[in-house]
Amino acid sequence: MAANGDSQTVSEYIVHHLTNLTYGKLPGGYERYDGSVVAEPGQWTMAHGADEIAAMGFNAIHVDSMFWSVGLGLVFCWLFRRVAVQATAGVPSGLVNFVEMVVEFVDGTVKDTFHGRNPLIAPLALTIFVWVFLMNLMDLIPVDLIPHSLMLAGVEYQKIVPSTDPNITMGMAVGVFVLMLFYSIKVKGFGFVKELALNPFNHPLFIPVNLFMEVVGLLAKPFSLGLRLFGNMYAGEMIFILIAALFSVGLFWLLPAALLQIGWAIFHILVITLQAFIFMVLTIVYLSMAHEDH
Amino acid sequence: MNINLTLIGQLIAFVAFVAFCMRYVWPPIAGAMAERQSKIADGLAAADRAGHDLEVAKQQADEQLADAKREAAGIIEAANKRAQAVVDEAKEAASAEADRVKAAASAEIEQERARAQEQLMTKVSALALAGAEKILAAEIDADKHADLLKSLAAES
Repeated sequence: MAANGDSQTVSEYIVHHLTNLTYGKLPGGYERYDGSVVAEPGQWTMAHGADEIAAMGFNAIHVDSMFWSVGLGLVFCWLFRRVAVQATAGVPSGLVNFVEMVVEFVDGTVKDTFHGRNPLIAPLALTIFVWVFLMNLMDLIPVDLIPHSLMLAGVEYQKIVPSTDPNITMGMAVGVFVLMLFYSIKVKGFGFVKELALNPFNHPLFIPVNLFMEVVGLLAKPFSLGLRLFGNMYAGEMIFILIAALFSVGLFWLLPAALLQIGWAIFHILVITLQAFIFMVLTIVYLSMAHEDH
Repeated sequence: MNINLTLIGQLIAFVAFVAFCMRYVWPPIAGAMAERQSKIADGLAAADRAGHDLEVAKQQADEQLADAKREAAGIIEAANKRAQAVVDEAKEAASAEADRVKAAASAEIEQERARAQEQLMTKVSALALAGAEKILAAEIDADKHADLLKSLAAES
């Protein structure tokens, strides 16, 4: 592990690991890390450090998160498309078997939870499960391996676990939320508004109270969906980083840190699978609720 | 916790991947699996049917075997009867032939005997005549008794 105590304190090491590689627009008049001042209409550039990222605000994109997220999504598409092309009613083998096992597992979960007929739900659940799992899986790669290698190649920051980025998890949660709203309105029509207004107290006087409670409840869903995954993965990643930081503390810590690293990684195999599964199941449940008339 | 354009980017990627999966991944795999499922179900049903068919065929074979045995027994019995009949017939024919041969032989013997008797008669009468001729030569005139002798010869 490459936490060299001379040039970097432990907290600097941790903060460095938690900073995304960010490309964004610095506002005009901002004084950069090297003392230069950004010209008036602002400037699109790579950020140096957390302060510049904060100054960019919403007009920024996490290049590393997007790269790994889209890359892993492409891996998913490529892998499953290959099997889809090969798939026949004959005797399956190797990769086909594995993919069919995953598909069958997802299909079973969808059928258990979602009772309507919607051709979108199962592929959606499969995409979420495999994609989130792959993104979480990046957590098991030693924390310094890729960031440090890239640093040697001149890339300053690198966060390789996309699901530790709230933008990524919330992006997917917002996608699910839009689908929830779409199907609620499509299936229930005006009944959706009635459901929001007349629950739980079915009396005209209580409509404002009901509306407030139900809308809060509705908005809580995407947040619970996105932030649960983010929180779990962020915490897991943080512990990996802390264990990695232990290696630099002293020779005495080498063995305990190694054992901790192994133990946490083994435990994390469970966590990443479970989190991917929970994200998928909650998506199905929310969409199932959107389809059900009360 | 910087919420920024990454969220929008991820949203777009999410929609794209779900759309891809829905269009190009899920239907072929699910279709192939469903097809295989029905194929296996068909196979199992066919195996069941084949087992049943085998049972029926065995039963039929047993029945046919029993029939064949019965038939064979019948044929053997008939053959035995026929053989007996043939033997009997042959015996009868043989004895009839023997009788016939015997009868023919005795008839021939009888014929033979009759001819011998006739020859003997002729010779005896000739001898008698010759003897009588010799005895009577002197005293009896041949011419006088010629008619008598002739009628005698004709009688015997």
